[in-house]
Amino acid sequence: MANEVCLRTLHLDRSWLLSTYESEGGYEALRKILKEKISQEDIIETVKTSGLRGRGGAGFPTGLKWSFINRSAAGDKYIVCNSDEGEPGTFKDRDILRYNPHALVEGMIIAGYATGSTAGYNYIRGEFWEPYERFEAALQEAREAGLLGENILGSGFSFDIHAHLGAGAYVCGEETALLESIEGKKGQPRFKPPFPAMFGLYGRPTIINNTESLASIPDIIRQGGEWFRDIGVENSGGSKLFSISGNINNPGVFEIPMGTPFSELLEMAGGMKDGYNLKAVIPGGSSSPVLPAEVMMDLTMDYDAIAKAGSMLGSGAVIVIDDRQCMVKLLDRISYFYYEESCGQCTPCREGTGWMHRVIHRIEQGQGRQEDMDLLNDVTKRIMGRTICALGDAAAMPVAAFIKHFREEFQYHIDHKQCMVGGR
Amino acid sequence: MTLRCEPWARADKRADKESLFSPQVRAEIDQWIAKYPDEWKQSAVMAALRIVQDDNGGYLTEELMNKVADYLDMPPIAVYEVATFYSMYELSKVGTHKICVCTNVSCMICGSENIVDHLEKRLGIKLGQTTEDGKFTLKEVECLGACGGAPMFQIGRQYYENLTPELVDSILDSLEQDNGE
Amino acid sequence: MSEQQTITIEVDGKKLEAAPGQMLIEVTDAAGITVPRFCYHKKLSVAANCRMCLVEVENAPKPLPACATPVADGMKAWTCSPLARQAQKGTMEFLLINHPLDCPICDQGGECELQDVAMGFGEGVSRFSEGKRVVASHDIGPLIATDMTRCIHCTRCVRFGDEIAGIRELGATGRGEHMKIGVYVERSVSSELSGNVIDLCPVGALTSKPFRYRARAWELTQYDSVAAHDGVGSNIHVHVRNHQVMRVVPKDNEAVNETWISDRDRFSYQGLYTDDRLQKPMLRQDGQLREVEWQQALLEGAALLKSVDPARLGALVSPSATLEEMHLLQKLLRGLGSNNIDHRLRQTDFRGDAANPATPWLGQRFADLENNQAVLLVGSWLRKDQPLLNHRLRKSVLAGGQVMAINPLDYDFNYSLSNKLIGAPADMVGHLAAVAAALGADTAGVNANAEAAHQAIADALKAAGKGLVLLGSVAQMHPDYSLLRLLANNIAQAAHVDLGFVGEGANSTGGWLAGAVPKAGEGLSFAGMLEQGLDACVLLNVEPEFDTANPAAMAGLLNASKVLALTTHLSPWLLEYADLVLPVAATPETSGSFVNLQGDVQSFNGAARPAGEARPAWKVLRVLGNLADLEAFDHESSRDVLEEALQSIGEIKLDNSLSNAQAVTARLVSADLQRIGGVPLYSVDMLARRSGALQHTPDGWKAGLYVCADTASQLGLVEGSSAVLRQGDGELTLPLVVDDRVPGNCVWMPTGVPGSELLGEGFGTVSLEKA
Repeated sequence: MANEVCLRTLHLDRSWLLSTYESEGGYEALRKILKEKISQEDIIETVKTSGLRGRGGAGFPTGLKWSFINRSAAGDKYIVCNSDEGEPGTFKDRDILRYNPHALVEGMIIAGYATGSTAGYNYIRGEFWEPYERFEAALQEAREAGLLGENILGSGFSFDIHAHLGAGAYVCGEETALLESIEGKKGQPRFKPPFPAMFGLYGRPTIINNTESLASIPDIIRQGGEWFRDIGVENSGGSKLFSISGNINNPGVFEIPMGTPFSELLEMAGGMKDGYNLKAVIPGGSSSPVLPAEVMMDLTMDYDAIAKAGSMLGSGAVIVIDDRQCMVKLLDRISYFYYEESCGQCTPCREGTGWMHRVIHRIEQGQGRQEDMDLLNDVTKRIMGRTICALGDAAAMPVAAFIKHFREEFQYHIDHKQCMVGGR
Repeated sequence: MTLRCEPWARADKRADKESLFSPQVRAEIDQWIAKYPDEWKQSAVMAALRIVQDDNGGYLTEELMNKVADYLDMPPIAVYEVATFYSMYELSKVGTHKICVCTNVSCMICGSENIVDHLEKRLGIKLGQTTEDGKFTLKEVECLGACGGAPMFQIGRQYYENLTPELVDSILDSLEQDNGE
Repeated sequence: MSEQQTITIEVDGKKLEAAPGQMLIEVTDAAGITVPRFCYHKKLSVAANCRMCLVEVENAPKPLPACATPVADGMKAWTCSPLARQAQKGTMEFLLINHPLDCPICDQGGECELQDVAMGFGEGVSRFSEGKRVVASHDIGPLIATDMTRCIHCTRCVRFGDEIAGIRELGATGRGEHMKIGVYVERSVSSELSGNVIDLCPVGALTSKPFRYRARAWELTQYDSVAAHDGVGSNIHVHVRNHQVMRVVPKDNEAVNETWISDRDRFSYQGLYTDDRLQKPMLRQDGQLREVEWQQALLEGAALLKSVDPARLGALVSPSATLEEMHLLQKLLRGLGSNNIDHRLRQTDFRGDAANPATPWLGQRFADLENNQAVLLVGSWLRKDQPLLNHRLRKSVLAGGQVMAINPLDYDFNYSLSNKLIGAPADMVGHLAAVAAALGADTAGVNANAEAAHQAIADALKAAGKGLVLLGSVAQMHPDYSLLRLLANNIAQAAHVDLGFVGEGANSTGGWLAGAVPKAGEGLSFAGMLEQGLDACVLLNVEPEFDTANPAAMAGLLNASKVLALTTHLSPWLLEYADLVLPVAATPETSGSFVNLQGDVQSFNGAARPAGEARPAWKVLRVLGNLADLEAFDHESSRDVLEEALQSIGEIKLDNSLSNAQAVTARLVSADLQRIGGVPLYSVDMLARRSGALQHTPDGWKAGLYVCADTASQLGLVEGSSAVLRQGDGELTLPLVVDDRVPGNCVWMPTGVPGSELLGEGFGTVSLEKA
């Protein structure tokens, strides 16, 4: 099975319209909740049962997260959707926004209902103009149909959703940086505790979920937690969107059951392009540790299997690296990315990302020194676990993994001042 | 420790906000202000900067940032902070068409270097520069979340994916003919 | 979480008591356990960005920042375990990779937190071999030098602006390694508390500009002292080298200045070392002041004092003179049989003297200012007059309180006033009476017409559980001060809130206590002296052209009397009018005591050597007393003087209640054009006026005649054009400045500033025309 949840409407013409969505069971979950007055506890319980884990990368159980908010607290509470998709290799939320925005809208409304929230914001990265317009249009349709806004479907429940556009900052994908950004500030992560469920947007209790997580909610409610859970495997409930890119024949987004073997995913994506052989895979976005081909070909795509192999499922962004790629050069580019995107707030990341990048760049340029790999490994250890947010870890992990698995390529660069793979 | 979450304070609020921007720009900013709680007008600062930047041919000036600060009752430095933090704001003049080329890992694997080389040759400029006629600015950007269509770039609000030198040429040809978006 | 509960945690094996919600670093700090830190500051919000205070906490998978880790009962933490040390050393290395190795030329050297912590946590050799970051610095004004390459991005200065100064001027622009602390667009910072960022900055990025390259920290000797420029009495450290004051920094005193000082208290010391500092006694001989020896000068002084009719002898003393000086001066005067002494040199309306409160004071302890729900400022630019009292009041606003104002100028505050009535000086009485009327209080015979704004102020005061009506310095200079005071009193009583006075100088409360005012019915007030004239006038640290309310009248008084001046500086008027000038020590050079506006008697020792032959004023007064054959002038130390003064004061009873005040008719009437006086913050006393750095800040007085745009156009004047202001016989020509804070039909021309000596009192009818 494929495309059963978030991309359920993909096969239909103009899949993003309300009518299309409703023809596939859209808003049935919301109608049912409001009509049958299903309790907040029951909804949260269903989400817990489904085994849905945060699809943005951290993999925190969504139902559990929802249960942290004090639903009876007076005053405003917020649902915030994280559509600030920016982790290199990830491009799935863009497709949800473009092709099935109503699933997200419905998911946010249900989340709002289940957590007693008063309003929702969807933080869409600023470059996503087309997806933003699709989402706004969906909001408009939903409002006009009485599905959103004051007194939804006459139930007495009111909830509105607004889009917030980013302006180019990867770090805003970090949930508290995202909140700061909505508050009209620089996107600098907050230290935790306090967690957003206690002290979030505008200092109010807030639940932040990834686009895919929220867009999965309507089907989980409609078809049951068990239904969703059983699509996947132990500890990795449901299906998941995988963005797969690289020199393959059919790159794109595939919604497939958790636990699907990587080899099958690669096949779905058309396999390697002619003349390219699989060398390595970054399985969960650029921050997840790279894995060599032979390790990867034996893995299934679920949280536990990838973690056991020493990497992370992350956001499900699978970057396929072929044998024509220089690992030093790729790491040079990845390290530049984290150096560029570090917010600058806390010391290890602000200073360490630049340091790592400069050393890697030096190696790539044929000016590496024998001690450089040890130095890099040591610097990664001084960043990991020492920063306010996960960007420090995200910057350090690929460095450690590239050196661990492809040490000989780095050594070759240092020894021969040129690349093993050809090119320079 | 008491936790506070408050908008930046500005004691000297400007009264004559009508004089700051054209009615259209104000209407657009006001739409964004309406999305947020009343006391959190500053939540609209990112939108306001974008709107004002678009209205000014793609870049911000100190004067415009000060006006945004006045309009949203923010201290000017708080607006400068936002404008310098996010990469989509331009603080100096850019070309009519800003070509934002992704060179991040997936695009790199799929040949973004060739695309950059081709663009640099065709436009006669390097990354970060603007053509003499002021038509094109070439900007290297980080992952734009379209790795399935790598290599890719963005011009204006539009994504162009699965680029080849030939496709780049035809895109630039049509932009050159069409003066201004 | 139950309140007031105590929990127990264990740090480095030691059991410590803590309160729930405290951060770990607060507990370790209280216990004297050293945890290195840069961004944490007890008075600022937690940022947790430097990552220097990482410690090991039981069951935490990674080291946690002590500054942002709330304590929990039973928590176990280790501040110097291998994991903690490794984390701290890691951070240290990152902080140092881009930090320049310019300690030998850095002003922070020797007192640098980075240097200190690097000694403990840094490595001897750097593994960073790339180019170091260089950051261009903006000029942010005459007080603070910037070397932003040294910045470690702790953001203390940024948080200070937002949270304490209430005006966000510094920010962190850009991101990542390119993040820069600064103003972004070159301009001077304008906060009156800005200098505190110098102390907050843990490195040499923000240092004192006037102190720059003047001395190394280890060459300085530190003396405790009390600041002399406002009624707070901020506790300070005076740093001295070769007996000269090199700089002034704050000393913590939670009940007084917390941990801050105003820029005025920090930089006024510059005024100590100017060319017009009096070095030797001078006696007028053949119409010329000539230097004489102390012996001769003192004999001449005593002879002068003894020679005049006591009823025609008077003394004017600076409200910033010490309690000891005031005590001895009044003892000297009264010993000679005169009761003519006053420290209220900027007051013009003394009609209410019979009803004077016993000892006017702020009406509340400083810390209590933070708890007000409603405060009405009457004639006060508290923000600039008393920066740290305003800081306390700002905290009340942040906690939801209201501050309202009835002012003759739309002074800017660093918080929003919930209500303000801005009008010509003559309208202040009417506004205040209208508020009184809205409260149903007696309007002191003033026709009152309560409108919505007056009612709103009245309601806010009445609804406040704790509130205050505060009479500021402008109210006290107002020609109808006695009326304003009576109305404020009536309002406070009717609304059941406190009444407070913001006295001038550092020791106005001391002036009342020490008897530097005429006893009721027994002597002449300052106004009485001006009216009736004197045969001999003693001035103690008074610059007559700038420190008195009505220079025109003052000139008349000085002209007609013998003038004996004890002074730190020789101003042009003293040069012209004084018959004998005796050089005395300025505050940081003498021991003494101030009584601040909340009644604390704070004593200090001399920190620097007096200029030239200057002597502490208390010693000069004591010798004059001896030479004048008066009894009991045998004090051996200022401590003796203080004990005697405190003995005669008895128990300090602060008391703002008016006794049987009588209504008077308003003197100030509406006119085509009224002058608005007042004294700008850096024009309040001799030292502040002589601090070049302060004068060059945005708060330094820019010479001009200030009117609003409407008035300017009515008068046919444009910005920058030369205009002549006439008041009585005086006239002054200055460029016109258009400033819409000034109400219509008014011109703002303060006293205490150059040019003001050509005019009369700060308020009243004037004319203005093209020069």
